[in-house]
Amino acid sequence: MTKRTVQFKIYRYDPDKDDKPYMQDISVELEASDKKLLDAITRLKVKDDTLSFRRSCREGVCGSDAMNINGKNGLACLTDVDSLQQPITLRPLPGLPVIRDLVVDMTQFFKQYHSITPYLINNEPAPERERLQTPEEREELNGLYECILCACCSTSCPSFWWNPDKFVGPAGLLAAYRFIADTRDQATSERLDNLEDPYRLFRCHTIMNCVDVCPKSLNPTRAIGKIKDMMLRRAI
Amino acid sequence: MKVAKRTFDAVIVGAGGAGLRAALQLSESGMKTAVLTKVFPTRSHTVAAQGGVAASLGNSTEDNWHWHMYDTVKGSDWLGDQDAIEFMCKKANEVVVELEHYGMPFDRTDDGKIYQRPFGGHSMNYGQAPVMRSCAAADRTGHAMLHALYQRNVRANTQFFVEWMALDLIRDADGDVLGVTAMEMETGEVSIFHAKATIFATGGAGRIYFSSTNAFINTGDGVGMAARAGVPLEDMEFWQFHPTGVAGAGVLITEGVRGEGGILRNSSGERFMERYAPNLKDLASRDVVSRAMTTEINEGRGCGPDKDHVLLDITHLAPENIMKRLPGIREISIQFAGIDPIKAPIPVVPTCHYQMGGIPTNYKGQVVVPQGDNNNVPVRGFYAAGECACASVHGANRLGTNSLLDLLVFGKSAGETVVEDFEAGNLSLKPLPDDAADVSLARLARLENQTNGESVHEVRLAMQRTMQKHAGVFRFNDLLKEGVEAIKAVAERAKNTEIGDKSKVWNTARMEALELDNLIEVAKATMISAEARKESRGAHVRDDALDNAETPNGRDDANWLKHTLWYSEGNRLAYKPVNLKPMSDDVEPIALAKRTY
Repeated sequence: MTKRTVQFKIYRYDPDKDDKPYMQDISVELEASDKKLLDAITRLKVKDDTLSFRRSCREGVCGSDAMNINGKNGLACLTDVDSLQQPITLRPLPGLPVIRDLVVDMTQFFKQYHSITPYLINNEPAPERERLQTPEEREELNGLYECILCACCSTSCPSFWWNPDKFVGPAGLLAAYRFIADTRDQATSERLDNLEDPYRLFRCHTIMNCVDVCPKSLNPTRAIGKIKDMMLRRAI
Repeated sequence: MKVAKRTFDAVIVGAGGAGLRAALQLSESGMKTAVLTKVFPTRSHTVAAQGGVAASLGNSTEDNWHWHMYDTVKGSDWLGDQDAIEFMCKKANEVVVELEHYGMPFDRTDDGKIYQRPFGGHSMNYGQAPVMRSCAAADRTGHAMLHALYQRNVRANTQFFVEWMALDLIRDADGDVLGVTAMEMETGEVSIFHAKATIFATGGAGRIYFSSTNAFINTGDGVGMAARAGVPLEDMEFWQFHPTGVAGAGVLITEGVRGEGGILRNSSGERFMERYAPNLKDLASRDVVSRAMTTEINEGRGCGPDKDHVLLDITHLAPENIMKRLPGIREISIQFAGIDPIKAPIPVVPTCHYQMGGIPTNYKGQVVVPQGDNNNVPVRGFYAAGECACASVHGANRLGTNSLLDLLVFGKSAGETVVEDFEAGNLSLKPLPDDAADVSLARLARLENQTNGESVHEVRLAMQRTMQKHAGVFRFNDLLKEGVEAIKAVAERAKNTEIGDKSKVWNTARMEALELDNLIEVAKATMISAEARKESRGAHVRDDALDNAETPNGRDDANWLKHTLWYSEGNRLAYKPVNLKPMSDDVEPIALAKRTY
């Protein structure tokens, strides 16, 4: 790829000086080495240093630079800028309060993650060496533990938009199943009790936006389905 | 500006592996602890570690900590302190098993134990053959570790201040450390965190180089703060260039790829490492492999139209093994090199990766400085662990998987030391000096009022290009001399950075300007320490150090078997001896020898 100019339409809001949010039209010339959307908005920030967004690892593992890109949630660092239709429209993740520009307040998202007791529970005295787990048992955690908490999924979920305080959301439920599926964890029944509620788990209506947007190709809907199955089985 | 005061027993700066591990000790002991972090904890750069954490569990091949200690001392080119290295290697099994108990999803062997893979520079029986020592969760070990540590801290009710950036270290007239100033990014407000103990766990500063595997956030904040507050920095000339960054993008490809059987090839398809390291070949120590690659490229045997990289080949491995053990690497290769490694080799190039030096500490995590005749006097109230610290276990070159081990062992150790000092009544809340926040407020006011200055981007780029050109994989006397003057000139420019964004709310332009102040300290320390060290050792290799019987590989033990200490004020250098004596009387020191693989 050579030098080229890219057009953007970006959601801007600085509560320190703006009465209300607005969409800014701006373009930037990219260098040949600028391949990802993150490269492009970093280049843009050289031109206008007031543009605010989160970023860190630039390789899709820290989960900082999630945003709404041409209407779909994704990570800026894993999105090829040349694959995007212009003007590239950037908005903050939907459904969360905006702090500034593309930076959202993630309190509600993490509150839901924290609500599922996101840690291994095993009250037996710790053995001197590792607890054993077969490769097959360990494989059950694949597709669950890789979550980077970027919030692309939960903020693309209509059920989470409507009830962010009551519905755990796909990221939190994926994490809940990650511990249920772990043979070392002994709190399955408490974990199911914790989700036995008209909202916390059952507000998932399998719309599957979460699966569609996950930058790590994880499948929260499947994990939620497995929790629902377990609920049903123990009710019979 | 109004400055709020908050009081704690302890404040930890940084919530990567070292900070989170230290926080666990403090939270579980009931100390009132604040953990400040400029990113949400699971976004810290520990998350990007891939290949594994070293421990001589011996799950797949025979192993013991003596062999690990030998490999680490040899890997350090004898610059590591042998008491700290013994401590780390001995503690490895304990801290890795603890992590497993916390829920870390390690891969498993057929008999259900933690899966281990071979890694560079790790050997059995004192260098004889590769050993399986790297405990791994696929190629996402850092991610799995950081999340497990965060989760355990949720259980321990650790109090986090997320998206708070520490600005300056507070010391009183006695030189004791009383906490830090910090800025809340959402409001731009500055607070003093007044504490009996302060632990720095702020990670490295790989962003001083133009091409780096490091995240944007790796700006050496703790190292910069310590240097500005008069604490010397140890062995900053030693930077690790990881052999396999994706050419052009800089993104890391784990050494675990070679651990699983990957081979480096030059333009003629030759497995060139056989010539440089006949025994361990592609699994030689990182400094050795990076130099071999650079030599291949410099001598015209590089690949691609510009002959500027070599190839990392795993096309001979079974695709199902790649999908199982290296799934993240496959994703990265497709994303950043446009190549599926199952079908074609990955273009790679040595890329700045890790800071071996840092804030000088002992194995207990106490920050130590020279005072009178004693080179290692603890600074009261100040502790450090992880990449920002120099214990020194990595010396002149770190072995892969020893960084995750370092942050576990010394994060825990620093935490334990603070708890012990606290419970013994050795820590007190000394009164804050009246001017405790003045330095920070002056830095902020300067930025607010600067006119006719230069952009942060321009100055940072000048620094990165200077470091890349003058202090790279191979170092040259002339270039180093020029580099010292060049980096001093860049440092002057950094005093006049100007930002367009004056908002109080989530002002990333201001943050980047403040981060640049920290990077600049690291860059100066690196260049000046490197220019002064007239020998080749580990990752520091210079053209004028001759390889002969007296100075094998250019290493001059008679004159340079010593740690560098760089002081920011006046760019002064001092030195202190390497501790060649292990911690235990019944452990034999690892005797000096020529380093070959």
